[in-house]
Amino acid sequence: MATAIQPLPDDQNAHLQAVYGAALTQKRRQLILGCVIVVLLALLAAMGAEVDPHKFATNFWKFPRYFYDMTPHIGVMTFFDDVAEWYWGLGKWLRQMAETLLIAYVGTITGAVAAFFLSFIASNSLALNSWSQFAARRFLEFCRTVPDVTFALIFVVSFGLGPFPGVLALAVHTTGALGKLFYEIVDNIDMKPVEGLRATGATWAQQIRFGAVPQVLSNFTSYSLLRFEINVRGASVMGFVGAGGIGQLLIEYVRKFYYVDVGAVLIIIILTVMLIDYGTEKIRHRLIAMEGAR
Amino acid sequence: MNSAPVTTSVRDRFPDLDAVRQRHQQKFKGDPKSRLQMITLVGGLIALYLFGLAYVGVTPMMLISGFGKFGIVVSAMLPPDPGSWENAITFAKGVIETLSMAFFGTICAAILALPFGFLAARNIVPNSFFHHLARRFLDIIRGIDTLIWALIWVGVVGLGPFAGVLAIITSDFGAFGKLFSETIEAADQKPVEGIIASGGSRWQSIRFGIVPQILPVLLGQVLYFFESNTRTTTIIGIVGAGGIGLYLTETIRTYLWEETSFIIILILITVAAIDFISSRIRTAIIGVRAV
Repeated sequence: MATAIQPLPDDQNAHLQAVYGAALTQKRRQLILGCVIVVLLALLAAMGAEVDPHKFATNFWKFPRYFYDMTPHIGVMTFFDDVAEWYWGLGKWLRQMAETLLIAYVGTITGAVAAFFLSFIASNSLALNSWSQFAARRFLEFCRTVPDVTFALIFVVSFGLGPFPGVLALAVHTTGALGKLFYEIVDNIDMKPVEGLRATGATWAQQIRFGAVPQVLSNFTSYSLLRFEINVRGASVMGFVGAGGIGQLLIEYVRKFYYVDVGAVLIIIILTVMLIDYGTEKIRHRLIAMEGAR
Repeated sequence: MNSAPVTTSVRDRFPDLDAVRQRHQQKFKGDPKSRLQMITLVGGLIALYLFGLAYVGVTPMMLISGFGKFGIVVSAMLPPDPGSWENAITFAKGVIETLSMAFFGTICAAILALPFGFLAARNIVPNSFFHHLARRFLDIIRGIDTLIWALIWVGVVGLGPFAGVLAIITSDFGAFGKLFSETIEAADQKPVEGIIASGGSRWQSIRFGIVPQILPVLLGQVLYFFESNTRTTTIIGIVGAGGIGLYLTETIRTYLWEETSFIIILILITVAAIDFISSRIRTAIIGVRAV
């Protein structure tokens, strides 16, 4: 059975079409205006950043070349010997990578613990008083805004070369980054258990321990794991400023043009980062499942 | 914790508390097996932490002398002072360069990553081999820190902010590609089905079914990355890839602490301003306070 849709009478239709057209034009005009502004800003930024298409075009061949230089000649027949020769420093590199992971781990834990305590002080729902809340929030903001490498540069001067400035820099930056996420979680908790505890005369610490912590712990852990992932990447470049880890070797090889070694170390870093990402993702999924089951 | 008076009053009211405890051991003590697992896990993590502290050479003496020196450095930073007007202008130019790098880099990365994000999304290209290939490719790019990319690009196009821009583009391409493809996969499939059912082409189903859903989310992500790139570009200068980081490293290496703190404050103001502006724009686009 074919049913034809009756078209509207022309006079009604024309009116609707006009309104629709006007709305569409208005939207298009906004879109075009937005695009023009963004393009203009991008052109200005390109000038500010000395973007040079000519230089890019003439030098781009060096980019694939760089990766080509990073891979040694590996024959089919001599595959294992060639790979073994490529990874001549495997023991040393793995030790450095382990150091990098340790820097990231200690930095993350230290930062997470500091963020844990500060987050309750900085939260709206459980703040002690407005003065300490304000101070805690500004402190976290400061820690978050200054990049970790900047902290590392300054700590290297006061603590000397080595992994400790890297740990401290990551810890400070982690405190800021996690502290904000943490106090936002604390602000979103169900306040009824806390109020119940307060009504029974529990102290501030008891309210937090028994009212808030059970609610926030799995989210806190999840965010800390995410931060650990980020810090592993961060720790891999701490060596650039002398703050320990595999970055120290990497920048040395780059500066000395040991391309093949750069390639080998990069592969170790990439594999480790992928492995860590995979592992933390698995744990976080389990945490989310636990959260859902509760 | 059960302080003494509370315990007695509870016992007065519930004389059979012990019997209840006996009957419902699980409720009071929890599963002993999972408890043991938890203790082992936490104990292991703490042991590793202590080992880490020992490994990086933390001793009370070292902390005291280190923080002592740090205190001296901080007091040398006060008051923040650019030294001269020429320096102040140079630093301001550095900040503008930094912002330019972040803005241009983010936009280019987003434009380049958009088509790739569609290709790597399972609901657009339903080929699992290609999907995994694309995802692993993005993982490899993301596994390398922006600073390492900067180091590589400095070797290609030479020192200067252009290398920094290229580093931002490369590393953000990896991040955007992953985020975009995940957003596209999370899009509601019903509009697409509706368009296909009413006779729309595959292209139309993407253009009118998926794009309107994801566009505000993608714009939010791009803005968020612009914010985070402003931070990254402030340090990218330490490997010679332009921006304020170059001056920051120089002043720290030459112990010009008053200049250092001036630059840090400049960075703080810039980042705060960018955060403010972009969160305003994000609110306008998405309609809620996101991230």
